[in-house]
Amino acid sequence: MAKRELDTRFSKFGTVSFTATTKVNDFIDHLEDGRVTGTRCAGCGTRFFPPRSDCFKCLDSEMEWFDVSGTGKLVTYSRLQYAPVGFEGDLPYCIALLDYGDYKVFGRIADSVAAEDIQVGMAMKTVVNRLENGQLNYVFEKAE
Amino acid sequence: MGKVAIIGVGQSPFVRQYPGSIRELAFEAFKDAMVDARLTTEQIDASVVCSAPEYDKQRSPAGVFAEYLGLNPQPTFYVETLCSSSSTGLRLAYSLVASGLHDVVAVLGFQKMSEISSSESQERMGRGADIQWESPFGTMMPAYYAMYAQAHMATYGTSPDDLALIRVKAATYGQINELAVYRKPVTFDMFTDPESRMTGPVASPLRVGDCCANADGSSCVIVASEEKARAWCDKPVWILGLGAATASVNLAGRDLFTGLAVAKEAARQAYGMAGVGPADIDVAEVHDCFTIAELMAYENLGFAQPGEGPELIRSKATYKEGEIPVNVDGGLLSKGHPIGATGGSQIRTIVLQLRGEAGDMQVRDPAIGLVHNIGGVGLYGNVTILGR
Repeated sequence: MAKRELDTRFSKFGTVSFTATTKVNDFIDHLEDGRVTGTRCAGCGTRFFPPRSDCFKCLDSEMEWFDVSGTGKLVTYSRLQYAPVGFEGDLPYCIALLDYGDYKVFGRIADSVAAEDIQVGMAMKTVVNRLENGQLNYVFEKAE
Repeated sequence: MGKVAIIGVGQSPFVRQYPGSIRELAFEAFKDAMVDARLTTEQIDASVVCSAPEYDKQRSPAGVFAEYLGLNPQPTFYVETLCSSSSTGLRLAYSLVASGLHDVVAVLGFQKMSEISSSESQERMGRGADIQWESPFGTMMPAYYAMYAQAHMATYGTSPDDLALIRVKAATYGQINELAVYRKPVTFDMFTDPESRMTGPVASPLRVGDCCANADGSSCVIVASEEKARAWCDKPVWILGLGAATASVNLAGRDLFTGLAVAKEAARQAYGMAGVGPADIDVAEVHDCFTIAELMAYENLGFAQPGEGPELIRSKATYKEGEIPVNVDGGLLSKGHPIGATGGSQIRTIVLQLRGEAGDMQVRDPAIGLVHNIGGVGLYGNVTILGR
């Protein structure tokens, strides 16, 4: 019997990924297609971001994908000027949290947003971003 | 169910680089606590060993320590909740004693952080959060707490100056704590001087002066049944209340960003079990891994209303002579933060305070003390209330 190939798509997520295998690996394909996606439980309709393959409410594992779309409100952020090992080349960068109402999204603010323009409460949108090392993540840009 | 007491406490000096192995580091706190409790090793029925993994190479340190400390063949347990590991150890020891399974349990916390570099340590600590969805963005503990600071500032108008006042208080007491790693004076003016090390950038709005230092250290707390405590100890300190809580590891799963939900929940449980309220606390140790963490603790423990924490430090109410003295041993900001040892060190401080043995740091005649110990960025919360 041929050895089954391990699906390690998730190792493409972020500057350094610490996870290779997950049941929500399609998230990476969606990023490749320019989509940021979460999961919705087919049983109870609860939306999850980050996406999960299992619903803790109804203990069901039948999930549907949904697109993170529209704008979220900037809950809080921090600009790093010191980085953990492996991320030094990205400095300085901002990590942040957006509130979309039903769910929140943790990520980075796009480098194109000037530090002085960042305000807690501002409207932002989540967009896919390809990093210089070929990895994929998503970043927050100012909503038009 | 009988009462449960603390009959001995010990701590190694917290240092930048301990010149020995982890078992030797553990021995320092163990010996200190055993001398304090005037016990011999055969009187210890079980041990609980507490640390966060991946700083040193030893797997399953509990068994190694049991041999080195002369605690064979008694059972031992390893517990881990990151920075609150030894408060969780105390909770386990309490339940082992209260259940009647054991009479005397030693809780040993340790960490030797100097085995890896500072940026490696930030990466390890960052991986105490959500490694699948957050760590790939380059997270680290100061940045997570900085996000809470940013939210507190945006919501309540708290300023970097308020945070600086927390560090100045910590240094006031760190200078007189012989076991602290940082013993130099820190003045408010240093936070307005761009040349000062205190204003070095880390993760906005937190600066170098807002952050505690990594350290190597160990702590030991000896827990006993009421019967043994009354027979063996002149000044038992009673465990009156215990609270413990968890929260979503990913910040996206949380609702509160101006405080830690785990601290509020653990405090509610501990106050309820002890039958006391915030106004009854005479002295407190809170988890000031960052200045903002102490400020949030004031509010989450009910010493101040939400948003009014800064007023406590501005009015010096949390100084030794104030209404509610907090971290009068210098806190993590001065002592350093050897992850697994920290909770035990906080408990030790409160035990010494309640016994009236805190020396220059002694608060006037305290009867009830509180320990607030947080693991990760509010991933785990532990509140312990102790009384004479």
